Amino acid sequence: MEVYFDNSATTRCSDGATAKMIQVLSEDYGNPSSLHGKGMEGEQYIKDASTKIAKTMKINPTELIFTSGGTESNNLAILGGAMANKRSGRHLITTKIEHPAVAAPMKFLEEQGFSVTYLNVDQDGMISLEELLEAVTPETILVSIMYVNNEIGAVEPIAEAAKVIKEKNPGVLFHVDAIQAYGKYLIYPKKLGIDLMSVSGHKIHGPKGSGFLYVKEKTKLKPIIYGGGQQRNLRSGTENVPAIAGLGQAAWEAYEDLPAKQEHLYQLKQTLLQGLSDVDWAHINGRTGTDSAPHIVSLSVDGVRSEVLLHALEERKIYVSAGSACSSNKPAPSATLKAIGVKRDYLDSTVRISFSAENTLQEVEYCLTNLKELVPMLQRFTRH
Amino acid sequence: MFKAFLIKYGEIGIKGKNRHLFEDALVHQIKYALKPVEGEFLITKEQGRIYIEAQSEFDYEETVESLQHVFGIVGICPMVVNEDQGFEQLAADVTDYLNNRYPNKKKTFKVHTRRARKNYPMSSMEVNAALGEKILQAFPEMTVDVHTPDILVNVEIRAKIHIYSEVIPGPGGMPVGTNGKGMLLLSGGIDSPVAGYMVAKRGVKIDAVYFHAPPYTSERAKQKVVDLAKLVAKYTGPIYLKVVNFTEIQMYIYEQCPHEELTIIMRRYMMRIAEHFAEETGSLGLITGESIGQVASQTMQSLAATNEVCHMPVYRPLIGFDKQEIVAVSEKIGTYETSILPYEDCCTIFVAKHPVTKPSLKVIRRSELRLKEKIDQMVQTAIETAETIVVQ
Repeated sequence: MEVYFDNSATTRCSDGATAKMIQVLSEDYGNPSSLHGKGMEGEQYIKDASTKIAKTMKINPTELIFTSGGTESNNLAILGGAMANKRSGRHLITTKIEHPAVAAPMKFLEEQGFSVTYLNVDQDGMISLEELLEAVTPETILVSIMYVNNEIGAVEPIAEAAKVIKEKNPGVLFHVDAIQAYGKYLIYPKKLGIDLMSVSGHKIHGPKGSGFLYVKEKTKLKPIIYGGGQQRNLRSGTENVPAIAGLGQAAWEAYEDLPAKQEHLYQLKQTLLQGLSDVDWAHINGRTGTDSAPHIVSLSVDGVRSEVLLHALEERKIYVSAGSACSSNKPAPSATLKAIGVKRDYLDSTVRISFSAENTLQEVEYCLTNLKELVPMLQRFTRH
Repeated sequence: MFKAFLIKYGEIGIKGKNRHLFEDALVHQIKYALKPVEGEFLITKEQGRIYIEAQSEFDYEETVESLQHVFGIVGICPMVVNEDQGFEQLAADVTDYLNNRYPNKKKTFKVHTRRARKNYPMSSMEVNAALGEKILQAFPEMTVDVHTPDILVNVEIRAKIHIYSEVIPGPGGMPVGTNGKGMLLLSGGIDSPVAGYMVAKRGVKIDAVYFHAPPYTSERAKQKVVDLAKLVAKYTGPIYLKVVNFTEIQMYIYEQCPHEELTIIMRRYMMRIAEHFAEETGSLGLITGESIGQVASQTMQSLAATNEVCHMPVYRPLIGFDKQEIVAVSEKIGTYETSILPYEDCCTIFVAKHPVTKPSLKVIRRSELRLKEKIDQMVQTAIETAETIVVQ
């Protein structure tokens, strides 16, 4: 049995999305900017994708900018938002547990003379609304808070945060990194008070190299890529039509039967947690109920290094990640785990198990059996 | 403008009656190095020199880079080759050459002529003088310096006329294959690829062995070793890399022996296994990247303890090098960037906090007795299940 439990790193591209992409790549390959019929075809795919995605979020299709993925969406929101609004102030707010695609542009802005407040989180990874309220000043131009944390699955109080921010300073742009949340929750940015929201395609069974940024009407934003003026000048470059078509299809599929999928994911998660409740070496980071993301489990294991456990599981064809796959190529302790106060010994002993709706209960059982067999074996060989 | 290269080789020129063996080996290595290079080349030996002539369009940079990986080459001289059409044409060719090659003419020069074709109407000395005069006429800024010229203009009168002035340094050493074969213990670190390079430079063909410990070491760690072997193989030619699964042995030692002796005992078994492969495949010695005192397992005592199990000579070309010196070589030969990729190897994964630095042979031997029940079978299995990868 091959068990892919690294769905927060990336997912399999769905058959529907793949079929759409092949159609665009080999048949309907026109450039949407071309005036002829072939170009029209391309444009049609983009319109179709925009409409589908817009429906999932109850927004206007014109409020979407297609990007190369989550990282670019976050960069466009933060750098573009800061550049367009720097005359109103030079202060930004974010959290200590953001993905590097948010943390790094923030750091870049600091080098450019902006100041950034990094909100603390509690042991479950939750921000404090009081601290947020205090941080917002008349100088603040943008707040960026992730919807679901990619390492521990903490779900931040987005609607409440929006209220706190807007009440204190209505001019502030509120950006939400929803890369781990879109497709798992119903998200209506207008209702929630979100101005900018990043989504990545390959986390929702779409293709890699696809993503979008929701940009609320009339939001002041500067491009970070300049060129031929595509996508209302906010993102130049010939649209990646196959990726956009695949993304649109994947987004549509993600929201089909969402409640059933949510329930299925929670069931997988509960089965795993239940199965681990009778061993003393397993420690779950963050919340575990329906107040946590349905698809992410952060598991610290006594006395086994995450990389070793990962490779041992890999030998049984079970694929998980050490910390978060996006940053695990360079073995630095995870900022998120540090921020929630994970014990030093566990920083290097934590794996992330992340599900997709395609996973099954049998796969969870198989993983449990192997974990229980491997961990005691691996614990015999620890460093001294 | 260059169509040919003169290859200078140092040491192998003095090997007496064996000289042709060395030259043939060098020609063979040059052919091997040029195989992937775009272009057709004719390689000839002639009176103690090797010429490479391009028979077609070729990529100059790529050619020079490939030649710089051939041990035995001391210098690579890009040459202009012309038909002999009389002295006036020769003078024009030489001034053209200088004009193209040296935009800044404020230089000293000397002409050095060799006349292999003795029926040429002028003597070497006459050609030197006459060409010198023509050059001075053409470029009044240039001056003659016969002792330490900036530019030494070499003119060789053979069937055709060769002009060259530049010597691009080669790696030196001796052609691979002229000095038998050695078995390199290759890890993913900085040192062992350098050790392999240094021994290969003396003409030794290299095979290698890597100890893999899944799941403690990852597939990426193994891939990194293959990549390193590939970089070394640019100099040495194809490397037969044995990948030994060492996990069982390592764990067994870990369970049976004191932790602080783990690394030493482990290394003793690595040496034993490496020696087995060396004997099997005709290697005449083992090669390691050890340097005295670098880590606990490389003190004089530790080296003595690991050395004890070997019957073959163990070559440790880095023995007197500081880390900085090793790093410098690894940067030069292009292995450094790969070596520092952060995947753990089996030597670091179980290392004790305070490993012994002065192991006593008596104690180590006694500890190893605790392994006697299963270790021979485990070593046998490790040898039998080793994977061979041909790296080139």
